[in-house]
Amino acid sequence: MARIKKAFLSIFVLFAFVALAACGPQNQGDEANSGNNETGAENTAESGEQLSGEVLIDGSSTVFPIAEAVVEEYNMEQPKVKVSVSVSGTGGGFERFIAGETDISNASRPIKDEEKQGLADAGVEYTEFEIAYDGLSVVVNKENDWVDHITIEELKKMWVEDGSVKKWSDIRPEWPDEEIKFYSPGQDSGTFDYFNEVILEDEQIVKSAQLSEDDNILVQGVQGDKYAIGYFGYSYYAENKDTLKVVPIDGGDGPVEPTNETIENGTYTPLSRPLFIYVKNEALQRPEVYNFVEFFLNNAGDMAEEVGYVRLPQEKYEEALKTLEGLK
Amino acid sequence: MIVIDQKKVQSKMKSRIYRNQFFKYLFFSGTLICLLVLVILFTRILIQGFPYLDWQFLNSLPSRKPEEAGIYTALNGTIWMMAVVAPVTLILGVGTAIYLEEYARKNKFTSFIQVNISNLAGVPSVVYGLLGLTIFVRALHLGTSVLAAGLTMSLLILPVVIVSAQEAIRAVPNALREASYAMGATKWQTILRVVLPAALPGILTGSILALSRAIGETAPLVVLGVPLFLAFLPTSIFDEFTALPMQIYNWTSRPQHEFQSLAAAGIIVLLGILILMNSVAILIRNKFQKRY
Repeated sequence: MARIKKAFLSIFVLFAFVALAACGPQNQGDEANSGNNETGAENTAESGEQLSGEVLIDGSSTVFPIAEAVVEEYNMEQPKVKVSVSVSGTGGGFERFIAGETDISNASRPIKDEEKQGLADAGVEYTEFEIAYDGLSVVVNKENDWVDHITIEELKKMWVEDGSVKKWSDIRPEWPDEEIKFYSPGQDSGTFDYFNEVILEDEQIVKSAQLSEDDNILVQGVQGDKYAIGYFGYSYYAENKDTLKVVPIDGGDGPVEPTNETIENGTYTPLSRPLFIYVKNEALQRPEVYNFVEFFLNNAGDMAEEVGYVRLPQEKYEEALKTLEGLK
Repeated sequence: MIVIDQKKVQSKMKSRIYRNQFFKYLFFSGTLICLLVLVILFTRILIQGFPYLDWQFLNSLPSRKPEEAGIYTALNGTIWMMAVVAPVTLILGVGTAIYLEEYARKNKFTSFIQVNISNLAGVPSVVYGLLGLTIFVRALHLGTSVLAAGLTMSLLILPVVIVSAQEAIRAVPNALREASYAMGATKWQTILRVVLPAALPGILTGSILALSRAIGETAPLVVLGVPLFLAFLPTSIFDEFTALPMQIYNWTSRPQHEFQSLAAAGIIVLLGILILMNSVAILIRNKFQKRY
C-alpha cells in the first residue's frame, strides 16, 4: 500500500512541478529580450570574441543539409551560440518567419508574392541571400537506351495532364510504344514548385505520377522500372550515378547534362535553381545572428559541395557579404 | 434402435477434420507472416545499423559526415520529452478513466464523451500537431519547447490510455469493491487500495503501448516546428530539443547511403528504449498480478 501511495505522491509532485513551471515562459522571454538589448548595444563581435545567444532557423528540407553542415562548423567556433534548425518546409518556414518566430528562413525557391505581402503586413524587413545551386536532374532507368536528350517542350508535353495515357512514342515516334511511369516530388516541396514554375507552368501534373516527399523513394521507383522517368535534386542523382541515367536537357542551346560545372556556370538552364536563406534585418542587429550569417556566407560554398550541392561563383558570395555589411 | 448413424458421422467426419485443420493452419500462417515480417525487419536493420552503433554514435552531435554523426541531442531530447509525456498522460488518462468508470453517472452526456474519446483515438497525428501548434506553441507562448511537444504528444495518446484504463477498471470484479465498502472504506480508499492495484496490469499494458507510440511519432513534431539540428541539450522543459524519430526520418531521406545505415542504427536505439520501457512495465505488472 505504502508503495502505491509513494508512487502516486511522486507523480503528483511531478505534475505540480509541471503546472508551476507552466507560469514561467513569459518571464523567461522577458529576460531573453532584455539580454538581447544589452548585447545589441555593444558593437558586433570581433573575431575571436565569444558570443552567446540564440539563432532560430526554419524552412526547406532541401537546404537543411547545408544549414546543418554550417551550424556544425559554427558550433566549433562559437559554442555558446545556440543555433537550432527546424524543417517545416519552405512554405511552413515562411509562415513561421512571418509570425516572427524565426530569425532565418531556408528556402528552395524564391519567396512568393503572398509571402512578401505577409511579411510587409507584419512589418518584417528581410534580406534574401543566395547560398548555393541545385540542379534538378531528370533521370530515367539505366536500361533506357532510347533517350539521349530531351527538350523543355517535350518535358512539358510529357508531364502535363491532358487526359490521355502518356506513352514514350507520343513524345517522339521512334521511342517505344510503352506507357511512361512518372515519379515526382510531392506538391508541398520546393522542388515541385520549381519544376512547376519552369516546366508545368501551373498546369496540372499527370495524374498517374507517383508523388513522394521522400526523394529516395523516387530514386528506387526509377531504378526499378525501365519505362520510368523522374526528377529530383542533383545530390540524389550524384549519389546514385551508377544506377540511374541522367537526361541532358535542351533549354534552347543544345542538350546539357547537369554537372557541378554546368550548374555553377549557368549553362544547365532552366532546371538549375538557387537555394536561399532569408534573414530578418532586425535580427541582424543581434551580434550572434550577424556573426552567424557572415559565417554562413563565408562557408556556404564549401559546405554545399560537401553535402552534394553546387557552390555559387565566388563573386556572388562576396556580393552577398557586402550586402550583409550594409545591413549592420 | 440406432441413435447415431455411424455411417453418416463417418461421412461428415472427414470434412469436419479438414475444416478444423484448415483453420488451425490459417491462423498459424497468420502468426507466421507477422513474425516473418518482424524477423526480416529486425535482421535488415541490425545488419545495416549495427556497424554504426557504438559509444561515439550515442555521444556525438549529428553531422554532415556520417562517420562522425551521432544521436546525442536526439536521444536526450526524446528522454526529456517522455519525462513530460509519461506523468501528464498517466495522471490525466487514469484520472479520466477513474472518473468515467467510478464516479460519473451513466447518462447521455457521459456516453457522448465516451464516443468522442474513442473517435479521438483515430484522429491522424498531424492533426494533433496542428492543435499543439495553435494552443501550446502559439497561444500559450511555449515555443517549440520540451513542454509544448510533450503536452502535444500527451494529447495524442490520451484517448488510448483512457480507453484501456477504463477497460481495466471495468474488469475489476464488483465483489472486490463491495467487500471494501463492507469494511467501511470510503470510495476514494476503495479506488486507491482495491480498484487501482487490481486494474494496474491492464492500465500499464495500455499505457505502455500508448507511450511507445508517442516515442516513435514524427509528424506532430515536424508540424510543431521542433528543430532537427541543435548543438545543445535542454536544461529545462522550456528549452528547445530534438527527438530521435525526427533524426531517423531525416537520415532516411538523405541521398548518401551511409545516412541510411545511421538511420538503422538510430532505429536500433529506439527499439532498445522501447524494449526497456516494456520490460519495466512487465516487471511491475507481474508484481501486481501475483497479489490478486
